[in-house]
Amino acid sequence: MSTTAIPAGTKWWNGGKSPFNASYGKVMMWYFLMSDAFTFGAFLISYGTIRFSVNHWADPNHVFNAFPFAGHEANLPLAFVSLMTFILIFSSVTMVLAVHEGHNMNRKGVERYMLLTILGGLAFLSCQAWEWTHLLTGEHISLLSDGTLNTLPTTVKSNPWGTDLPHEAILAALQKTPHDQLVTIAGTLHHSAEAAAHHDLSAMSNPELISQISAAGIHATNPGPIAFGGYFFGITGFHGFHVFSGVIINIVMYAKTKLGHFDQRGHYEMIEKAGLYWHFVDLVWVFVFLCFYLI
Amino acid sequence: MSQHVISPEITFAAPHEGGTKRIWRVFWLLSFLTILELGLGLAIYNIHKGENPNATLVLFFKGLVCILTLAKAYYIVSVFMHLGDEVRNMIMTIVVPLCLFIWFIIAFLWDGNAWKNLRNTNAGSKPDTHQVETAPVKEGEKH
Repeated sequence: MSTTAIPAGTKWWNGGKSPFNASYGKVMMWYFLMSDAFTFGAFLISYGTIRFSVNHWADPNHVFNAFPFAGHEANLPLAFVSLMTFILIFSSVTMVLAVHEGHNMNRKGVERYMLLTILGGLAFLSCQAWEWTHLLTGEHISLLSDGTLNTLPTTVKSNPWGTDLPHEAILAALQKTPHDQLVTIAGTLHHSAEAAAHHDLSAMSNPELISQISAAGIHATNPGPIAFGGYFFGITGFHGFHVFSGVIINIVMYAKTKLGHFDQRGHYEMIEKAGLYWHFVDLVWVFVFLCFYLI
Repeated sequence: MSQHVISPEITFAAPHEGGTKRIWRVFWLLSFLTILELGLGLAIYNIHKGENPNATLVLFFKGLVCILTLAKAYYIVSVFMHLGDEVRNMIMTIVVPLCLFIWFIIAFLWDGNAWKNLRNTNAGSKPDTHQVETAPVKEGEKH
């Protein structure tokens, strides 16, 4: 096969004019984002498929109803995630303002808005870290496969968000539950009491513990579909990783602005490209928010 | 292509509107749509808390939330990412491939639903792979 002779040093995108009236870098950023959209789309649609295939799925209003410093008893569905959503929308606005200042060749303006965008990204990541910690360390009384009760966190291997267990089933399961699990369950009833109280609990006999637990009128569930944790941590983790890399890119852009690289170059197009990525991260969150928290 | 002119890429900058009014207008619009979504989300929560949740109403609200999300996506892509300011060819190469999602979503959710239907009938029970001596259980005795 013979190939056409190409003069050395030919820059394809430099001939004539770009059919898309956009630079090579910008067009390629768009194509990368499109492929990334398919990746996220595939994840979310696979989550949808699994969710459609089971009879019961975790109710987001029960899973995500906590708020930092609001205490264990707080029931604030949608509150924390709306805070996260507004943080990301606002950081998107500061990003687009940075791009705008770049068009005007205003270095100070770009620096200011890039800094705000970076802070917004870090705030979002902190919120996500709190939410993950809350779910991974949460204690929810759930029925185990051996017919006993224990506290379960939300992880990729356990999902305590199944259907509610009827009262008689709770009482029956408590009879089968071994001592150490009863102590753990009784411990969740006394969040204010400290380790001393826990010591007292382990000294109590099984019937005493059972009567204390049933007197408290505990709420217990069947375990939910195991896929919930995997999808939640997988997809929000993949999105969080995008936010994290976006913050890194924005820090690099901030440094390059500060060093005057873009002023020397004569344009701030790099800020635009970083901006495209950052807006995409916001765009994905809009859909993650929809799929995991709203519906 | 007889000659190659080594020149910077020729592009025409999008017209500068000067102000940031449009950006802020979209920010308020996105905030408003998000608050609307949260309102619908809370409405769904309260319907579920009630005695007899109205499944049709919940589905209607969920559909509404999906439409609002698509509206938000449109504004983010069109204004914040400036895709609306690009030339038509550029817009089309991005938007047309994304139309695959229409098939993608319908096909896979349909598949999920089919799995649920199988799960809820005997057809969904796992086939017995090991040889069992006992007589097969009749349909009526299973439950």
